[in-house]
Amino acid sequence: MMESEARGMKEEMKLEFDAISENEGLARVVIAAFLTRLDPTLEQLQDVKTAVSEAVTNAVIHGYEEKGGKIQMTATLENGQLSLSISDKGVGIENVQEAMQPLFTTRPEGERSGMGFSFMEAFMDRVEVESSPGNGTIVHMWKSFQENILSQSRLLSRQV
Amino acid sequence: MEGQWKAQTEENPNFAIIDNYLCIRMPKEVDHHGAAGIRENADRLLLNEQVRNIVFDFENTSFMDSSGIGIIIGRYRKISSFGGKVYAIHADDRIQRILRASGMTSIIEVLS
Repeated sequence: MMESEARGMKEEMKLEFDAISENEGLARVVIAAFLTRLDPTLEQLQDVKTAVSEAVTNAVIHGYEEKGGKIQMTATLENGQLSLSISDKGVGIENVQEAMQPLFTTRPEGERSGMGFSFMEAFMDRVEVESSPGNGTIVHMWKSFQENILSQSRLLSRQV
Repeated sequence: MEGQWKAQTEENPNFAIIDNYLCIRMPKEVDHHGAAGIRENADRLLLNEQVRNIVFDFENTSFMDSSGIGIIIGRYRKISSFGGKVYAIHADDRIQRILRASGMTSIIEVLS
């Protein structure tokens, strides 16, 4: 039971890294490692990794227009709730609602699908974007892992 | 040499032309970082070779974000105007789900 009680406490991590495409993979690996303590399913891991990959890619390509900068990823786990934010201090988004429309892209010519935000929304429970021109962008995302915690404590109580 | 795999260049073992099909072996993780290389190689071969159709082989792929959809849509646009077709093969359940959810299955054929 002790471990499951500990899981109820707030756990946090923060990572800052360069806005270069190599670090899209780094961000995915770090978030996956952070979630391991919840004994996530492969599906859950892939969901969060995909959402992180989309948000970090947006920061690299759009936030910093591929000229580099710093990206921050913070993740908090509390009572089986993952709260994740990915922020940049790049150019920001003029019209967030428009940017979040499926297939909206400022880079046509088949380079980008315009589905980044749709993917984040599909794989996370909730997505909110804070942004304005010149002030960078913060993408907040939430996903519940309560089922995992319940099954962990069930498993533990059976062992006792 | 019909029906034979022929690697295009020494550095590009992941690209092959079989008849008029360009076959692209997709990497383990398909993201924005690797997308440019795939796009450039594919487009060069589409331009220089007698290729009508494209096959994306996901056998080695365990992760794909929307960058993969961008690669597929972009190549589809290039060949569909000439009547070419795009296929996805060996996609696992998750990648098939992503292809379906993003509407790709209405423009490409997914074979398991």
